[in-house]
Amino acid sequence: MNARNIAIAALSAVVIAALLAAPYALKSYGLYILSLWAVTTIGAIGLNLTLGYAGQISLAQGAFVGIGAYCTAILTTKYGYPLPFTYLVAFVSCFSIGWVLGYPALRVEHHYLAFVTLAFTTLVYLIFRNEEWLTGGVSGIGGIPRPVMFGYSLRAPAEFYYFCLANLAAISLAFWGLIRSPWGRAFVAVRENPVRALSLGVDTRRYTLIAFALGAGLGGISGVLLAQLVQFIDPSPFSLTASLNLLLMVVVGGSGYFFGPFVGAIVAVLLPEWLRFSGGLYLICYAILVMVLMAFCPTGLIGLAGRFLKPVSKPAPVPAREQTT
Amino acid sequence: MSALLSVRDLRKSFGGIVAVDGVSFEVHDGEILGIIGPNGSGKSTLFNCILGQLQPSQGEVRFEGQDITGMRPCDLNRRGVSRTFQLLQIFPQLSVRENLILAGQEHQGTMTTRLFGPRDAGLASAAEKMIDFFRLRHLADELASSLSYGQQKLLDAAMAFMSGPRLVLLDEPAGGVNLTMLESLRERLRAINAEQRATFIVIEHNMEFVMALCTRIVVLAEGRIIAQGDPASVRADEKVIEAYLGH
Amino acid sequence: MTTDILQLLVSGLATGAIYALVAIGFTLLWQTSQTINFAQGEFVMLPAFYILMAGNLGLPFWAAALIGIAVSVLTLGVLFKLVVVDPMIRHGVMPLVIATIGLAIVLKEGVKEFYSAQAQPFPPLAEATNIAIGGVVFSLQSIVNLAIAIAAVVILQFFLSRTYTGRCMQATAQNPSVARILGIDVDRMILYTFVINAGLVALASILVTPIYLAKFTNGETLGIYAFIAAIIGGFNQVRGAILGGLLLGVLDNLVATYLSTQYRNALPLLILIIVVLVRPQGLLGRVEERTV
Repeated sequence: MNARNIAIAALSAVVIAALLAAPYALKSYGLYILSLWAVTTIGAIGLNLTLGYAGQISLAQGAFVGIGAYCTAILTTKYGYPLPFTYLVAFVSCFSIGWVLGYPALRVEHHYLAFVTLAFTTLVYLIFRNEEWLTGGVSGIGGIPRPVMFGYSLRAPAEFYYFCLANLAAISLAFWGLIRSPWGRAFVAVRENPVRALSLGVDTRRYTLIAFALGAGLGGISGVLLAQLVQFIDPSPFSLTASLNLLLMVVVGGSGYFFGPFVGAIVAVLLPEWLRFSGGLYLICYAILVMVLMAFCPTGLIGLAGRFLKPVSKPAPVPAREQTT
Repeated sequence: MSALLSVRDLRKSFGGIVAVDGVSFEVHDGEILGIIGPNGSGKSTLFNCILGQLQPSQGEVRFEGQDITGMRPCDLNRRGVSRTFQLLQIFPQLSVRENLILAGQEHQGTMTTRLFGPRDAGLASAAEKMIDFFRLRHLADELASSLSYGQQKLLDAAMAFMSGPRLVLLDEPAGGVNLTMLESLRERLRAINAEQRATFIVIEHNMEFVMALCTRIVVLAEGRIIAQGDPASVRADEKVIEAYLGH
Repeated sequence: MTTDILQLLVSGLATGAIYALVAIGFTLLWQTSQTINFAQGEFVMLPAFYILMAGNLGLPFWAAALIGIAVSVLTLGVLFKLVVVDPMIRHGVMPLVIATIGLAIVLKEGVKEFYSAQAQPFPPLAEATNIAIGGVVFSLQSIVNLAIAIAAVVILQFFLSRTYTGRCMQATAQNPSVARILGIDVDRMILYTFVINAGLVALASILVTPIYLAKFTNGETLGIYAFIAAIIGGFNQVRGAILGGLLLGVLDNLVATYLSTQYRNALPLLILIIVVLVRPQGLLGRVEERTV
């Protein structure tokens, strides 16, 4: 274990301890924001798989979060299904929709996926807003329950906060396992050099679809938690802006890095609260930060930190990519 | 002796330009076939049509008696056809060992075992063997990006052999490699041809390298085969000399 | 019934022609510099505010419009290329795409924060009256918009195909390295493309804003419509972008009238998905093959 890994482990331990101790220091609003951070991070982890590992620009993550949230809202309030069941429905539906959505886009050059997903997000938003019989339209759906585990209600802010943290921990571990498996290696290969990957027997189309669909599925899970957190949902948080925000979050944190989404969500969710910025002005600063990062350090804040931790590293020679149709 | 790979009347045109114009040839088991020809004679296009990277306009490619025309490169690779590229194609962000495991992992197990199974996909010892074979032992855990060009070229070739292919298509393996490395590359290719009974097709500009490596040579000019035979006879063929010296 | 359809057709063509202007700019940027401009919609939203600001200084509309166009050319053309595109493009297409997404947010939120979040009235080029041609009543505004857009496209086509600079630009679009060998100043040609794009979006802004009012969110739909128009037409052709834009404008109008106003915005999205599924190279596009 080298010094860098020790530093990362120590920092992680401090952060985890601080997260666990937070309910003793924060009031319910602070906990709400931290819970929101955890929920958003889950969505961003999903998008990191799509963007950072499979190299596909998706502008639909907000829509998948929305689909997950509406699944939970509709199934629990209208039909009385238990919460765990809504996890399953949200994940499976987002995964399948992601698969179907990715399929046509992959037949053509990869920036098409960005526009297809953009179209999809707008379409989903229209459905949330217009199909009142199902989604309640602009008046939304209220009274979404919070979970009860072993007869113990997780309604209170602190309990629900721990519940969100537990979800985040479970998903992070699963994601860690995923990116370290041969799948993770294949994802990197597909992103770095699809032509070579294909010639080594890597079915690039299948892996890209899997990455996109899994990312969408995690978006759905994030939505399930979001619905429980806010307990009232309407279409507005699931507009295109939400998807753009998630995308920028992953990029700012560092796409393709395990910790990228965590950092990105801090910048997007926690900082504006702490700095008491008003929404629009913060968004402008944030977008400018994105542009500056893209110009000088496309690997995001984690990549920037990596530069300082490893001052002697030499830049990797990028192989000439070969284009194919 | 039946052919391992047979190409029949392959044509490929881009718009009005005919890049490959009715090429037929066969490759037999254990052979090292060289394809040479002046720039723009259609060598790379021919390769890409055989390998499914491009769809041929016409013609047929058979591998082990089965029609593989226009099959996707990944499916072709899983049937035992492997390749290298003209320009270096390794994964600089992965270590040498990781590069090799990646090159073999899709030939092991199923999608499920690749997700839940071991991280090395059961290829640890195969990768070690390949590392030793290509004499990359001291670099095994280095990032591929930190290797010299010649070493990367060796890794590139090693990756093509990780899946134990029946047929390997090498696109300018000697390009940009210095003399000492060239020697070791040729010697390693010879050795793997003998040990694994792997069959090669080699596109190469370096005549000396081709003549020393290959058992048979096909000469392309303007998309057609103008000569074939053993290195000595091809070297003496007037049409070949003319094609190279130009019009 | 037929007069209804004729009216709808003309007003659809009028909006379609505006989409086409924006889509042409989009296509040109892609052709010459591989720039996919996600802020293209915001580029149409912004010039109207330049003009409003110039108007607030007490200038007459025509002077404000000229200043607006000039400022657009400077900021959305020259500065956009030098400050945003040039530093990013060396990292590849992806960082540039993300940067233009960031730029779109900056422009949108910037207008909202520093100008106004409310929709602002914007003076139309023509009186809001109707004229009758052969017994069919058309809105004068539609006719004027259509005429101006057609004129702009004709002038652009003339410039691209008949002038020396235009042909150098086309050569650059088709093959930058060959163009460079032929002694064409490729960087300059790319800069011209950005300038032309800025001019086109400024013109589109002047034509479209009186209809929707000047609002910071105007770019959202316009951007996606322009891209969809470009894809329908084949993405890499100016003719395709024109066809795509016109088609979209007409279909949009017909759906809004005869089917559903709620799902009016859904139609182009469905068209996009169908085109990508069935004919990804677009209606006029050809499949491009490159050697590996």
